[in-house]
Amino acid sequence: MRKRHTPKDRLITVALHVALLAGLFFAAFPIYWMLSSSFKSNTEIFALPPTILPKAFTLEAYAAIVGDPVKLRFFFNSYFVAGAVTVLTVLIALLAAYGFSRFNFRGKGSLNTLIISTQTIPPITLLIPFFGLVVSYRIFDTYVALILTYLVFTLPYAILLMTGYLNTLPRDLDEAVAVDGGTSWTALWRVIVPISLPGIVATSVYTFLLCWNEFLFALTLTKSTSMRTVPIGIQLLMGQHAFEWNQMMAMSVLGSLPLLLIYLLAQRFFLAGMTAGSVK
Amino acid sequence: MIRQKRSHHRLKRAVAPYLYLSPSLLIIGLLMLLPMVTVIGYSFQNSAVLRRDPSFAGLKHYQAIFNDPVFWASLWHTLYFTCMSVVFHMTIGMVFALMLNSDRINPTLRNILRVLYILPWLFTAVIIAVIWRLLLEPNGVVNSVLMQMGIIGSKVEWFSSPETALHAVTFANIWAGYPLFMVSLLAGLQGIPKDFYEAADIDGAKAYQKLIFITIPQLMPIIISISLLDFIWTMQVFPLIWITTGGGPIYSTEVLSTYTYKLAFSSYNLSQASASAVVILLISLGLTLFYIRYQKAR
Repeated sequence: MRKRHTPKDRLITVALHVALLAGLFFAAFPIYWMLSSSFKSNTEIFALPPTILPKAFTLEAYAAIVGDPVKLRFFFNSYFVAGAVTVLTVLIALLAAYGFSRFNFRGKGSLNTLIISTQTIPPITLLIPFFGLVVSYRIFDTYVALILTYLVFTLPYAILLMTGYLNTLPRDLDEAVAVDGGTSWTALWRVIVPISLPGIVATSVYTFLLCWNEFLFALTLTKSTSMRTVPIGIQLLMGQHAFEWNQMMAMSVLGSLPLLLIYLLAQRFFLAGMTAGSVK
Repeated sequence: MIRQKRSHHRLKRAVAPYLYLSPSLLIIGLLMLLPMVTVIGYSFQNSAVLRRDPSFAGLKHYQAIFNDPVFWASLWHTLYFTCMSVVFHMTIGMVFALMLNSDRINPTLRNILRVLYILPWLFTAVIIAVIWRLLLEPNGVVNSVLMQMGIIGSKVEWFSSPETALHAVTFANIWAGYPLFMVSLLAGLQGIPKDFYEAADIDGAKAYQKLIFITIPQLMPIIISISLLDFIWTMQVFPLIWITTGGGPIYSTEVLSTYTYKLAFSSYNLSQASASAVVILLISLGLTLFYIRYQKAR
């Protein structure tokens, strides 16, 4: 189809590949630098001229993190809170999505608009009343405070994602259950849930990531070091030892692992969640 | 008998959706809508949260904010940070999407590059902030390379001099956010019917003409809705700025979110912070209404 062998055409192809390479450098160099710095000693990080590959490869930064119970606790907290919120969110969102997808009822349109618009409520606006609530119910500095507040932000996305998924499933399946005299509740658990696993996985992945990344509420609603999550842990590390760059980078690498693994293993589910907000 | 059963069934069918929605609505109502009302209430009280019986303050806290030059500076920085971010997210996302979509590169290379180009998106704001602090350290790699190349004469303190700090945080945010556009536009590009381009080829259209008259108009709905969402979300950015500059030096990177946070949790002026939070809420709501109307019109 295309005339491939004119010199001009070849020049365009070469230029495109040069541009692709430049793009790759822009996208990936900062991440490469984090990774390579995490394997350097602290003095090597600021060596002049900078070393692209670690000259003296060392795991000392990782050892310092894995060997410190305080830092391990950050990881436990992050996994625990994100895990708990994911389970709760997916359950509650599944019910709501089933209601939206399989029933027609008064107020459906406005409730749907309400849920779409809650996606854009600024976290900083809710932070002050949450702080007031959390203090007055005496749950400041607890897991409960984090789990409840995260739930509010994950739920709208999860409902939209799940509804979108359920809408793609044919209705005859659950209507067959109704014909046999089953209730909608039976249809949900016997028919819908088993065939919705891809949707449930995508929603769980996205919910988990939202929680894993959360910073503002974790910063404000917890106080003791033992309640802090990974993002706050990295910030604390920066405050305490401003020059332990290799440890900060090692902790960043460890803190990015869940996202990287999910992305590499389940790219489809990952992208489904990340672009959901924009498709709706 | 049968009729009774049927009407019972119909009633169940009518109530069921509300039951399924009730846990979600309860959470959204109690933990999202009610707090929104609460924060509006706080903004009209003296010593909100801190005192049990706060007195009515009228519009005092709003006046205090609107008379505060730092508030206006924050608003301006937020606007600059957000507009620059959205424009460059869109441009870089578009260029990368078009490059990856070209039939001049082989499919394996395309898949590898697509994965690598998405990378910045996979990192938490805090980690992005730490990475850029390391890169832009006065003794860091960026300064050292720029000095080698003779572009700068002496070490630049990117995040800690008032002239460069706002540009530096904006740059870091541009780097972190373009993949959303890239991924969405790539999906959009694959959805444009091939015959459009074939028809244009028959008419002898040049590459740039196809871009302007086919590709961009076809992608317009995606460009507009992602830009709006990106604008709303970028306007609310907190951790990236908090960790790189903390709003400083001398307020030069103060944005609305850091301004509000400091009012609330550094000076414990929760009433005034609430007023500022309400202003942010109103701006967001305005943009959201716009977004929803656009989505419905589509």
